[in-house]
Amino acid sequence: MLIIPCPWCGPRDLTEFRYGGEAAVNRPLSPEHCSDAEWANYLYYRNNLKGPQLERWVHAWGCRQWFELQRDTATHAIIETRPSAAESDSLLADSS
Amino acid sequence: MSQDYRLQQGGQIDRQQILNFSFNGLALQGYAGDSLASALLANGIHHVARSFKFHRPRGIYSAGEEEPNALLETGEGARRVPNNRATMVPLQEGLTAKSQIGWPSLEFDLGRSLDFSHRLWPAGFYNKTFKWPSWHFWEGMIRRMAGLGRAPDEADPDHYEQTNCHCDLLICGAGPAGLIAALVAGRSGLQVIIADQDEQFGGSLNWDSCLLDGSPAGAWLATCLNELQALPNVLLLPRTTVSASYDHQVATLLQRGHNPAWRECLWTVRSRATLLATGAIEQSQVFPDNDRPGIMLAGAVRHYANRYAVAAGRRVVISTNNDSAYQTAFDLRHHGIEVAAVIDQRPAVPAAMLQQQHDLGIVVYPAAQIIATCGSKRLRGLCMQQAGKRQRLQCDVLAVSGGWAPRLHLLCHARGSLQFNTQGQAFVPGKLPRGFAVAGGAAGDTTLAEVFTRTETSTIRLCELLGASARHVHQPRVSPDNLQSPEVASIPLQASRKRQWLDLAHDVTLGDAKLAVREAYTEVEHFKRFTTTGMSVDQGKTGNINAFLALSSITGRAIEDIGTTTFRPPYTPVTLGALAAGHTGEDYQPKRILAAENTHRSLAACFEDYGGWQRPDCYPRKGESAEQAIHREVLRVRSCLGVYVNSPIGKIEVRGPDASEFLHRMYMNKVHGLAAGHCRYGLMLNEGGVLIDDGIIIRLAEDHFLLNTTSGGASRILGWLEEWSQTEWPRLQVLIDDVSAQWANFTLAGPRSRELLQQLDSSIDFSAGALPHMQVTQGEIAGLQARVNRISFSGELSFELNIAASCANEFLQLLLQKGEALGITAYGIEALMTLRLEKGYMHVGSDTDGETIPDDVGWGQAARQKSEDYLGKRSLARAASAEPHRRQLVGLLTLQPEMAMRAGGHFLPASVKRAPAETQGWITSAAYSPVLQRYVALGMLRGGRARLGQTVQVYDAGRIYPVKIVPSCFVDPINQRMRS
Repeated sequence: MLIIPCPWCGPRDLTEFRYGGEAAVNRPLSPEHCSDAEWANYLYYRNNLKGPQLERWVHAWGCRQWFELQRDTATHAIIETRPSAAESDSLLADSS
Repeated sequence: MSQDYRLQQGGQIDRQQILNFSFNGLALQGYAGDSLASALLANGIHHVARSFKFHRPRGIYSAGEEEPNALLETGEGARRVPNNRATMVPLQEGLTAKSQIGWPSLEFDLGRSLDFSHRLWPAGFYNKTFKWPSWHFWEGMIRRMAGLGRAPDEADPDHYEQTNCHCDLLICGAGPAGLIAALVAGRSGLQVIIADQDEQFGGSLNWDSCLLDGSPAGAWLATCLNELQALPNVLLLPRTTVSASYDHQVATLLQRGHNPAWRECLWTVRSRATLLATGAIEQSQVFPDNDRPGIMLAGAVRHYANRYAVAAGRRVVISTNNDSAYQTAFDLRHHGIEVAAVIDQRPAVPAAMLQQQHDLGIVVYPAAQIIATCGSKRLRGLCMQQAGKRQRLQCDVLAVSGGWAPRLHLLCHARGSLQFNTQGQAFVPGKLPRGFAVAGGAAGDTTLAEVFTRTETSTIRLCELLGASARHVHQPRVSPDNLQSPEVASIPLQASRKRQWLDLAHDVTLGDAKLAVREAYTEVEHFKRFTTTGMSVDQGKTGNINAFLALSSITGRAIEDIGTTTFRPPYTPVTLGALAAGHTGEDYQPKRILAAENTHRSLAACFEDYGGWQRPDCYPRKGESAEQAIHREVLRVRSCLGVYVNSPIGKIEVRGPDASEFLHRMYMNKVHGLAAGHCRYGLMLNEGGVLIDDGIIIRLAEDHFLLNTTSGGASRILGWLEEWSQTEWPRLQVLIDDVSAQWANFTLAGPRSRELLQQLDSSIDFSAGALPHMQVTQGEIAGLQARVNRISFSGELSFELNIAASCANEFLQLLLQKGEALGITAYGIEALMTLRLEKGYMHVGSDTDGETIPDDVGWGQAARQKSEDYLGKRSLARAASAEPHRRQLVGLLTLQPEMAMRAGGHFLPASVKRAPAETQGWITSAAYSPVLQRYVALGMLRGGRARLGQTVQVYDAGRIYPVKIVPSCFVDPINQRMRS
């Protein structure tokens, strides 16, 4: 029942969005050099914070843009949203 | 019976309008304005139910939604409703009501034997007793015995609605507090919604005997409602329960129909502020045998007398630990009903109360307690004790009051906190959630004058917070002066050998509470689950506080430390009909209709739902069964020509300078090396290395790709591509465009498919030299722009023709008409699935699951050969991915050709003679092959590829049979036919 302020479309109902997990989970720059533990850490281990948490959401039934949102997981209060900041671009960085 | 217990005067009933109804087949009468419960009581009927566990006779206990006993089945056939609280059912002409428990009858119930042997069935007995041979062995019998009503046998014929709206202020409850608040907020211009679960607004004013401004409360109520109805910014919702409050100020409201077009409407209301004016619920009292029919809440007895002009009994005794029940004595006396005594547990009864009762000639026994009651199906009397002296009193109703608990469920839904108020012996609001305010009885106010003044003040403040300026309203003067003090006495529990009920609805006794503590279930949530107190339909609305106080008393811990259990939505039951409104039957979900739907219909296609798409399964001809049709279609494709509608397949265009690089990372297969005009089969993995989709990568130009995904995966894969492009690799310049709906797709398959295409008016050269297998071309066919791919899922020479979806009907008709001379058939999904199974092509999602990696389905080498990184690659390098005992895709044949196989059969080692045994995998697809004239199957078998040629046993629903493990391709393993 949340109202989510999409950075592009403004406040919209939760049903228009899809949750994409915690933000700032960066893909390792060179996966082949990761140990199994490092790779597992990237794949499965999350902070699961109680309190303000940075998350990724996508406005799936709207502009279809991914963005970042800070939400208090205990109260569902939405603290802020902003366009996606992910610029990690792991493979490009690797190959160029 | 003729309403012997109806008072001669008074009440808000229409005595001119007689309503006929029946209870357990007995014809009865009541008046318009009655509830089912009040009409039953007017006819002298208290005993309406048997208790849940012990099958003890139970009577109507309350006058509201808190009713723990009187759960009845109302209506018949499709409109039969179980667990309807008699107190909440408005009486209607022809209403039929039945009791739910009791065999052979309510009056004589063999289940009562459980009561006589109750020592055998303490709390938690079923957890301990019914373990052997298994709970399921006993479950059916126990559920029948417990008997919480029967669901209707037929589909619900009624219509339900849902609606959404916004407002500034949602007022929950239209009693004195809610109405004053609505007047203040309404006049300030705010958008207000005020909802009340009752048939009519007014709350306690409907059953209070006080005067407002010197007149009966009804006069003030009518003026107030007239004004509110005239205000355009106030929406009044009677018969509407605010059933839940959720995050971000959302409440759901269930409105029961007064509109003949619908039965119930579920509102979702988003408000800027919520005012709880929900009042309070009277609590029961704990004493020996406190559950007999005739024992009722004191407020309810007053409610029935004042509102419905019904005398609950001829001779009433009142038992209380607070002042409020004295009003019942006063009102009953006013109606001429005999009040035999007031038994007050408090040692010091306020002098004013004593004086008032003395003036009325009612005996008050202070510091007295009830130690026993008698009467089986109706209370006959009680035994009380005062200062060591016992005394018997005859009575047919015992009106009890254990204090008042504010209704704060909605506050708790929204994660507000409660705190225990020792003075009132109840939980009152603690920390309020954002946007919430509480007023009136829910805030702990006890007198009406207090409710009016305090609610007005807090509403004015609330309006100001919402940016509106509010002014004082006229507050009615309340008379006579209410003497009631908010004080509720804490009464020690009695040590008695008789049972004392804490929860009437679930038959939980004080003994059960003691047992729970002995077994160390001392945390309130554990205690609740062990004893099941507060877990029935009423959710402990009249008994929870007593249960918590009992836990406090037994453990010696303060009630503040014990706290309460969690209140979860909904406040009162919400029907599935209302929750599903508009999404049932044909409208369950939106249907996706094929562009050439009309042509399929004209071919008498059998339609089936595939992820929303209505797709032809097969096209039976006259006199043909579905099975015969499928076999004919398969054989025709293999020998001649068929056309299949593949339009739902996902079609995603990816363009841009980095399109090739992007897809190279997204697919397991190499994309860089793919030349323009060529197609390649591609697998998509997630980062765990698991197969999530397969399809064809078509390179239309150097920087322009068209991806075909599975039909079911179309929207998911679009989202997957967008996610990676936007969040991980935003610097790659790609544009992703879903064109699935723009293009219709028809597959021509069979040895004569080229012949048909060459007869069409087209700019395209369809010859094998110009358009070989796995290549794509674009051009015109019959005046339409077309993309033609040489792709085959059937193993036959095959062309996928993509044309504008808007022309699908005409194009399909053209193919069928031109193909007639060549022997064309339309074929459906069933035939396609048989064709691909004969060819040994896996179907992602049927043959694969959430553990399948490329090597399991024979794509391990390709996965290893690609040196650049791609999604999932790292996971394939884990040791577990190379484990030789992984389940692998194999083909399966029965030993005798005539034997059948079904998907879902499990593989067992040859040494195992009977199930259960550890599974070695399972059959994932199976079908009868009309070409081979035997069943063929695919399966995922542990270490399967190393076991080719061996046999393995299949366990299928009790039957065990051997099958042979073979390579997965059954038809044309050298791919000659599709390359032709």
